[in-house]
Amino acid sequence: MTETEPVVTVSNLIKQFGRFAALRGVTAEFFGGKLYAILGDNGAGKTTLLRTLAGLNQPSSGEVTILGSSKFHDICQQVGYMAHPSLLYDEMSGMENLDYFARLYGITSSTRGAEVIRAVILSVGLDPDLVRPVGQYSQGMRQRMSLARALLNDPKILLLDEPFSNVDTHSATEMVRLLARTRDQGKTIFIVTHQASLLEHAADEFVWMESGKIVGRTRELKRPASSGETAR
Amino acid sequence: MKKAFPILGVLTAILLIYALYMALVWAPTERTMGNVQRIFYYHVPSAWTAFILFFVNFVASVVYLIKRRPAADIVALVSAEVGVVFCTVVLVTGPIWARPVWGIWWTWDMRLTSTLVLWLIYVSYLFLRRFSSSGQTPALAAALAVLGALCVPFVYFSIWFFRTQHPQPVMGGGGSIDPRMLHVLLINWLAFSCFAFLVCWSRYRLEKLQRDVDHAHASASLLDPRGSGR
Amino acid sequence: MSAPTGITRATLLKDLRLEWRSKDAINSMLFFSLLVVVVFSFSFDPSAEESRQIAGGLIWVAFLFAAVVALNQTWARELRNQVLDAYRVSPAPANSLFIAKTLGNFIFVTVLEALMTPLFIVFYRLRALGPAWQLLLVAVLGTWALVVNGTFFAAMSLRTRSREIMLPLLLFPISIPALLAMVQSTTAILNGEGARFWIVLLVTYDLVFTTVCLLLFETVLNAE
Repeated sequence: MTETEPVVTVSNLIKQFGRFAALRGVTAEFFGGKLYAILGDNGAGKTTLLRTLAGLNQPSSGEVTILGSSKFHDICQQVGYMAHPSLLYDEMSGMENLDYFARLYGITSSTRGAEVIRAVILSVGLDPDLVRPVGQYSQGMRQRMSLARALLNDPKILLLDEPFSNVDTHSATEMVRLLARTRDQGKTIFIVTHQASLLEHAADEFVWMESGKIVGRTRELKRPASSGETAR
Repeated sequence: MKKAFPILGVLTAILLIYALYMALVWAPTERTMGNVQRIFYYHVPSAWTAFILFFVNFVASVVYLIKRRPAADIVALVSAEVGVVFCTVVLVTGPIWARPVWGIWWTWDMRLTSTLVLWLIYVSYLFLRRFSSSGQTPALAAALAVLGALCVPFVYFSIWFFRTQHPQPVMGGGGSIDPRMLHVLLINWLAFSCFAFLVCWSRYRLEKLQRDVDHAHASASLLDPRGSGR
Repeated sequence: MSAPTGITRATLLKDLRLEWRSKDAINSMLFFSLLVVVVFSFSFDPSAEESRQIAGGLIWVAFLFAAVVALNQTWARELRNQVLDAYRVSPAPANSLFIAKTLGNFIFVTVLEALMTPLFIVFYRLRALGPAWQLLLVAVLGTWALVVNGTFFAAMSLRTRSREIMLPLLLFPISIPALLAMVQSTTAILNGEGARFWIVLLVTYDLVFTTVCLLLFETVLNAE
């Protein structure tokens, strides 16, 4: 992926829920091999933007182009998504969960699936042989397993919505370290978070959102002048 | 377009009055049931009108599923609402007719029973429209409408066979019908259809206006988020 | 075409495993089925000859109640932790999910029916005067009719307020022709009469509605 072509292009994206406009015309380009932190207050539209990128939302108007395609279905194999709920089945173990989700991406036992799954679980710092159901994990472990699920298909683009929420510091730092390594391998990562300080050194760019628009993009963790507030 | 509405309104009113006269005065009195039978001229055309409206609902829903045009969704909504009203007329005139003639309030007559099931299906459609949140309603409702419409032949077939196995009093139109009665029937049907069309048109305009207002609010909130509310 | 069927099978097995692990759900469903049969027995006196004549109808109404409770449950699992999003984001086709859910529901409801049927036979002293294998055929066709529409409407009601009431509200009217067929054919077979018309109706109903549900499911799944 060359540095000059954007991997994600958003063009005047508008998303309305009835009378409420969650996204009021977002236009931006995002490039490969970078880690973007999307910040802003509640209601700024961060989650809506991420869900639209993940194909879970249809835009009211505007265009989204990911990896050269405007139809999410064509590139869904290359995208990984993670949110604050774990997107895992509480009654199954980590391996069982990932074994199932791997199938959805065409990774089966015949394609060395088990190895891939074990490797991905190890990479997030968890034990693949843990038979405990995911529902009994701590929040930190659960989020790490959820991240493992998002990484299963070796996606080129990772969309993470509040991955560090209620997560202990150790797990959070581990995740950030892993994400930075993933970014170094050339993947593009979008992280929506309220805990910007965690990404202070890992993020390549901070994208600030307010009231459904991008109000600034900075290289450092400092809120753009227009909003008149300093970073938390 | 706007001028046509009052003209059509007047024409429909005249037609309805004429049809009423035909039904209550001009039509011959039925031999066995007497004047009570005249309700037949409301009972049957209402059923036919409801049927047409539900068919319109089916077509509009299919169009919406393929083309996603908002106008198709409004037509589907409107035709279902007015169709349910006409269906209700059938279900109310049925017992009014049955009681003096057969001494019972309800008969599992084929038309009445089928209309009841149709009524249930389209009322459930209206419930779905009310209970789903605004963004998804058109698509979900259209899917339900298609399933409901496909159910209709099954409803008629099953009740027809059931009735031949368990015969019930038949409400009108059993054998051959006096040509004068048929004439009155058709006139009433024409009047009802015009009336239905007018009501649908009116409701369509109302709904379109409501959606335009919502759209304007939404556009306003695009410019100024503080002024918007959910 | 092996990938979609593989996904269907994996989803079905996953659902069965989850159902087995949350034994609470199964146990409560089984007990509920038993309760339904007992309540019916108190409401429609089994010793009366008339009750035996309407047993065909009673048993199907009992099945319907059990099915509705079961159907509401199986999609609820996908909402916990928003797991459904994980499926939607993946390349897996919507229809594989629908078929897997429908098959899972079919198995689940059949288990409930297998519990309720012997109880009904015993309580109402039922005896089939017609060929008993036809009863099995009617049971399969009828259950499929309820389950295929039920799974579809359960998915639809996920996107509505008052989710639990929406499912029966949508399912019952459209199921009426199929219900009539199930009841009439069961009664006919029990009395040794022919049920061919009703069975043909059920087969046609099943074919038509399975096809249309498959065509429309993706729309319902992605409505947001």
